[in-house]
Amino acid sequence: MLILHCPYCGVDAEETELSPGGEAHVKRFGPGASDEEFRDYLFARENPKGVHFERWRHANGCGKWFHAARCTMTLEVFGTYSAQTTEPPKEIRDAITAKRPGWTWREVE
Amino acid sequence: MSTRIATQGRLIDRSKPVRFTFNGKAMSGFAGDTLASALLANDQMLVGRSFKYHRPRGIVASGAEEPNALVGLGQGAAFEPNQRATTTELFDGLSAQSQNHWPSLEFDVGAVNSGFARFLPAGFYYKTFIHPRPFWKHIYEPFIRQSAGLGKAPKERDADTYEHFYFFADVVVIGGGVAGLAAAKSAAESGAKVLLIEQTAHWGGRAPVDGGEIDGMSPEAWIAQTLDALKSMPNVTLRPRCMGAGVYDHGYVLGYERLTDHAPETAGPRHRLWRIRAAQVITATGAIERPLSFAGNDVPGVMLASAMRDYVVNYGVAPGQRVIVVTNNDDAYRTAITLKRAGVEVLRVLDARASGGGALMEEARSLGLRIDCGRAVAKVSGGKRVTKVGICAQEGQGAALEEVACDAVAMSGGWSPVVHLWSHCGGKLTWDDALAMFRPDPKRAPTGADGQPFVAAAGAANGELSLGAVLTDADGAGKSAAKSAGFKPKRTKAPRGDATGEAPLAPIWLMPRAAKVSLRMKAWLDYQNDVKVSDVQLAAREGYESVEHTKRYTTLGMATDQGKLSNINGLATLADALGAEIPTVGTTTFRPPYTPISFGAIAGEARGEVFQPLRRTPIHDWHEAHGAEWEPVGHWRRPYTYRQAGETTHDAVMREVNNTRQAVGMLDASTLGKIIVKGPDAGRFLDMLYTNMMSTLKPGKCRYGLMCSENGFLIDDGVVARIDEQTFLCHTTTGGAEHIHAHMEEWLQTEWWDWQVYTANVTEQFAQIAVVGPKARALLESLGGMDVSKEALPFMTWADGTLAGIPVRIYRISFSGELSYEIAVRAGQGRALWDRLAQAGAAFGVMPYGTEALHIMRAEKGFIMIGDETDGTVIPQDLGLSWAISKKKEDYLGKRAQQRSHMTDPERWKLVGLETEDSGVLPDGAYAVAEGRNANGQRNVQGRVTSTYHSPTLGRGIAMGLVLHGPDRMGEVLEFPGTDGKIHKARIVDPVFYDKDGEKQNV
Repeated sequence: MLILHCPYCGVDAEETELSPGGEAHVKRFGPGASDEEFRDYLFARENPKGVHFERWRHANGCGKWFHAARCTMTLEVFGTYSAQTTEPPKEIRDAITAKRPGWTWREVE
Repeated sequence: MSTRIATQGRLIDRSKPVRFTFNGKAMSGFAGDTLASALLANDQMLVGRSFKYHRPRGIVASGAEEPNALVGLGQGAAFEPNQRATTTELFDGLSAQSQNHWPSLEFDVGAVNSGFARFLPAGFYYKTFIHPRPFWKHIYEPFIRQSAGLGKAPKERDADTYEHFYFFADVVVIGGGVAGLAAAKSAAESGAKVLLIEQTAHWGGRAPVDGGEIDGMSPEAWIAQTLDALKSMPNVTLRPRCMGAGVYDHGYVLGYERLTDHAPETAGPRHRLWRIRAAQVITATGAIERPLSFAGNDVPGVMLASAMRDYVVNYGVAPGQRVIVVTNNDDAYRTAITLKRAGVEVLRVLDARASGGGALMEEARSLGLRIDCGRAVAKVSGGKRVTKVGICAQEGQGAALEEVACDAVAMSGGWSPVVHLWSHCGGKLTWDDALAMFRPDPKRAPTGADGQPFVAAAGAANGELSLGAVLTDADGAGKSAAKSAGFKPKRTKAPRGDATGEAPLAPIWLMPRAAKVSLRMKAWLDYQNDVKVSDVQLAAREGYESVEHTKRYTTLGMATDQGKLSNINGLATLADALGAEIPTVGTTTFRPPYTPISFGAIAGEARGEVFQPLRRTPIHDWHEAHGAEWEPVGHWRRPYTYRQAGETTHDAVMREVNNTRQAVGMLDASTLGKIIVKGPDAGRFLDMLYTNMMSTLKPGKCRYGLMCSENGFLIDDGVVARIDEQTFLCHTTTGGAEHIHAHMEEWLQTEWWDWQVYTANVTEQFAQIAVVGPKARALLESLGGMDVSKEALPFMTWADGTLAGIPVRIYRISFSGELSYEIAVRAGQGRALWDRLAQAGAAFGVMPYGTEALHIMRAEKGFIMIGDETDGTVIPQDLGLSWAISKKKEDYLGKRAQQRSHMTDPERWKLVGLETEDSGVLPDGAYAVAEGRNANGQRNVQGRVTSTYHSPTLGRGIAMGLVLHGPDRMGEVLEFPGTDGKIHKARIVDPVFYDKDGEKQNV
């Protein structure tokens, strides 16, 4: 029963007020995309033990979608932010790096 | 025998006798008794039968960990199975029945299983019932089902009420023993809001039984003083009979309060579920004594040493007259001393440690007790009651040195902290070699939203077993929790506890150490599920190395007690068999609730009428008054049909179809979803949502559209009306309004947030009435107010105006194939318009029709229904709806998915009509069979029925179905075997059965 702060209406919402929307920052592929791109867009999801970005809707509240950055292992919430962005804002990334030194956004190995 | 003694009994009131029955036999106890203590006072040691072998089972514990003494309580609507006698407070008139036996507790036929125990080892079910295959379905499964399940499910509706209760606290302390009291006090002194809950009716836990001194007082005096102090603090809430059931993410805690179980005549709810949010949680849940694994440790009369002490001190009950105490630690000496002082004969204390114990042993010896060190129980004999004990050396195979006649055995295998609540939300454990226990690892505590620990264990639950250490630990936990919650703890001293020092225990997981197999086969680990040391060893030999797998293979710890007694002994046995260290084997996962909680408490008030809201259209009452048979659709109730006197339901439906096709019918279509989509980018947005083009729709016109998910599957359909350049009204299915609106919002907010579009779900703002049939126009014209002629309001257009003085918007759309007007009206005037239509319609023969007539008429026209023709795997192309898919649009939701190879596969089943050979009705959902059989020996299939009705218009059965290469096989006859054994034959035809050219709707 998580508590997440809705960045739109300012309420600290309990999980019963929220509905989950899976992984955040998934890029949409449409007509013209290759089979692999489209498969990954539809089905391939991260399942990290650690820092994760999720979509949530304040369904039984203001109705707005927002994003949450949290740790799936410790349940720590690094912050919530507008869903109207294609990547986590700098202050969120900084908050994560402060708690998880060495972490980077979509690190390429 | 077990009996009430003249002394002791701190919790009972001997001046208040209480009458109760057990298996119909009248018995009596005292106020303050538990059912278990009262049964023991009546010499009722045998209380049940085990699950697998139906072995006689006696009371073994005194609290929530009891695996054996499970009874059915109450009668009729108040009956409840699997209640623990040890946690059931006695009240006048209580009636209890023992479980899992036939025909009687004393004589049980199933006990014959016990004789076959060597043929029923771990994994027996998996090994035996595989072959021959057909035996499973016809012989094994029915037999196992009959013998499965402990207790009987209640048959009547629960007569009691339940409620939920919300609470917020800075610090929640779970467990009201001395640790919980000390922690609550030190936390509360900081000013923090504290909730202290205790599962039993009494505060102080074990301390009054175990003795010692706190701050120079008896434990009882200190408990009373601390309780008074807590009660005087306005920031403290105390709740006895309230169990901490679970600890969850971000400080969510469930409490389970039993309000009237002990006094059923009291008014008010029976159970209350506390839904608590806490900044900090302290689990002061104590510890549970472990049994010792020796042969015959399940014979009634063998009991935990601490439980036996509880029965003497708390209830004045001696569970035996001649007792043998067996132990690997000093604590059991407290039981020996207590028994001796209560006048019970203690024949032996068998201390498995070669060097014996410490000061407590000396105290026992000074009372004249015989103490044999390095000794063990070889075997306990007895059927329904202990008769004698064979004594052997602990270091050996179990050759009996002597046999001693006795009627009870008190055993102690050491203590395990109750780490359940610590573990629920991710708290990790560490193995303490010296105390042979898993205890909470404070470095790996459950963490909250800030990444900081929010749970702390205190006292015995934290692995501190001596009174002094318990109090220091708990005081510190309270202060530190208060500080973490943002308060400043007072600099007070921790309460000082004095208790006799103890010698170290010896970890002993099998008694004697090298017990031969015949003894290991009688050494029980799990009393309720009949799992023995030999079963766990067998599982290890067969390769079950993971404790989670062993649990499921042997059923160890899977009974209603969830392994509270058996868990640690079982995994220690597994570790030994694997030659591994206990910490590397680890524990199984602790999951909430701590002990079972009632379904009633979980449901709370949400039952009957308030289980879920009922949505009513503005015309609902009229339907009810006119004999509607209801059909639930989403949260709505829609009339299925309106039965008239002398009609069957089928007759009524047929009449409604005929009347609508021949004269005029009225349908309450208010439940249809209505979503306004508005803004400069509304057309562009709808082009993405619908498969067809919506942006080209002219204001004033209507267009049917299909909506797909990004996976390509059809999710909803309906008519879109363009109101003006920037405004569209999208109709959705009745069940789809909310999720389609959410679907729109999701795409607008998360993908196309720069598009200027607003959406509003106005489903409930408007009533909608369909007036359908050849006389529909005449009926509307008789009301007057607007021109509804073909010229003024052609098919697939809409217009605003008034009817009978009521402002309306009329859509010329048809789901029946008839001349049809769907009239939208403000919800508040929906009933008035309906009444006027019904009144004026009488002259035209108007009749209301329900959802079944609606379905038949749409099927006659070959119109699909979301949920019938679609099931989440069907794409529009399967349904012959390619005409409604734009070829021009570059993109829409689902377009790319519909290009995937599986979606373009010519082998996909396609929609066709089906006409039965004998004019009968095809069974719904029936499959069309093909030649040959599949790998499972089942008939191959080539299609299935999606909708099937008797059509009164055609006078025959009609159906729609998805069939392999269906559209190319017109005229072919398919066979549909029914569950009735009949083969139904149907011919593949065009799905449009009625008015193929659409002349009737376009008049």
